Amino acid sequence: MEVGQMQRRLVDYTKTLFMEGFLDAQFLQLQQLQDESNPDFVVEVVSLFFDDSEKLLNDLSMALDQPNVDFKKVDAHVHQLKGSSSSIGAQRVKNACIAFRNFCEEQNIDATLRCLQQVKHEYYLVKNKLETLLRLEQQIVAAGGSIPATEMGF
Amino acid sequence: MAMNGGVTWRRTEKIDGFNFSPTDTAEEVHVLAVDDSLVDRKVIERLLRISSCKVTAVDSGIRALQFLGLDEEKNNDGFNDLKVDLIITDYCMPGMTGYELLKKVKESSVFREIPVVIMSSENVLARIDRCLEEGAEAFIVKPVKLSDVKRIKDYTTREFRAGEGEEKERSRKGINKRKLRDSFDDLSPSPSPSPPSILFPSPSPSPTPPQSQSPSPSLASAPSSPSPLDSPTRRLKMTISE
Repeated sequence: MEVGQMQRRLVDYTKTLFMEGFLDAQFLQLQQLQDESNPDFVVEVVSLFFDDSEKLLNDLSMALDQPNVDFKKVDAHVHQLKGSSSSIGAQRVKNACIAFRNFCEEQNIDATLRCLQQVKHEYYLVKNKLETLLRLEQQIVAAGGSIPATEMGF
Repeated sequence: MAMNGGVTWRRTEKIDGFNFSPTDTAEEVHVLAVDDSLVDRKVIERLLRISSCKVTAVDSGIRALQFLGLDEEKNNDGFNDLKVDLIITDYCMPGMTGYELLKKVKESSVFREIPVVIMSSENVLARIDRCLEEGAEAFIVKPVKLSDVKRIKDYTTREFRAGEGEEKERSRKGINKRKLRDSFDDLSPSPSPSPPSILFPSPSPSPTPPQSQSPSPSLASAPSSPSPLDSPTRRLKMTISE
C-alpha cells in the first residue's frame, strides 16, 4: 500500500473513532502537541494511560471483591481513571467512570460491579482502537510519509 | 518524566531534544507543575514546554514544598533562587491537596507572590471560590488544553513585568477584576467534544452538591453579566473557546 492510501486510511479511521465517541477533542490536543521534536508524544502518553488504567482496573476488581466493600476507595480509583481517560480524550471510558462514581455514592454493590464491567469493556475497546491507530501511524512513518493532521471541524 | 521518586529536575538548556542556549533564560517562565497522575504530569509538562516554559514536574504537594525549600524539616522560608514564576497544581491529590499547597505558598513571605493556578476535573463552584479567595490566580477545569496554558502564561508574564507596579499590588489585595473573555459560546451541555474550561465563580456561593458531575448547566445559569463584580473576593473570569 502506498503512503497516500495509508494516510487516507488513517484519516478515515481516526474520524470514525471520533464519530463513534471513542475519542473526543482532548485527543486532538495531544496530537497537536506532537511534532518533529517530540514525535512519540502520543504513543508515550497513551502507553502511560494503558499502564495506569490496567493497574486501576485491577485495584478496582480487588476492592469490589472484598466482603465489606470500601466505596471510598473504589471511588478514589474510579476518580483517577476518570481523570486520566479525560486527559487523553478517551470519552467513553470517562463517561463510564462518571456513571460508576454515581453508583459508588449510592454504595450499590450490584450496580458498581456492573459499572466495573462496563468500564473494562470500554477500556479494552479504546485500547484496541488506539493501538490500531498508532500502528497505522507507525506504518506511514516507516514508509517515509508524514502523519496527516486530524481536521475535525469542532 | 518522574522516574526517581516522582521528582523531575529539568534545569538544563536542552529543550525537546535540541541543544538550545537561550540568551534570555532569565525571561523564560519557570513553572512548577504538581500532579499525582502520571498521565496528567506528562501532558501538562508537554503543554508547558511547547509554550516555551521551563518545567519542573513533581507528584505531590510535599515534593513541591521541598523543591521550593519550604518543607518543615529545613524550617526556613526558602529563597526563590530557583526562580519559580508560576505554580500549577492539581486540586485532588492524596496527602496534601492543591488547596493546602496553595495556602502554604501564600503563607510564605518569599513565595506568596508566585501565581498559583489550580487544576481540577471537578467543576465545583464552592471549590473554585475557596481557591480564589485563598489567592489562586486562576482555576482550570481539566482536561487542560493548550489555550488554557497560553492564557495563564500571558497572565504570568504580565505579573512578572509589572514588578512592584500597581497590577501586582492589586492582585495581591485580591481585587483583580481581570476578565479575559466574556463569551459563553462554548457553554454547552455534556455531549460536547470537550468541556469548557470556565474559571469564574458565581457572586454568592449557592448550595452546591459536593461532587457535581455536570458542570455546564449550573454555570450557564450563574449570573454572569460583564459588569465588574463588586465582591471583595477576587473574581477571575476565563472562558476558553478555542
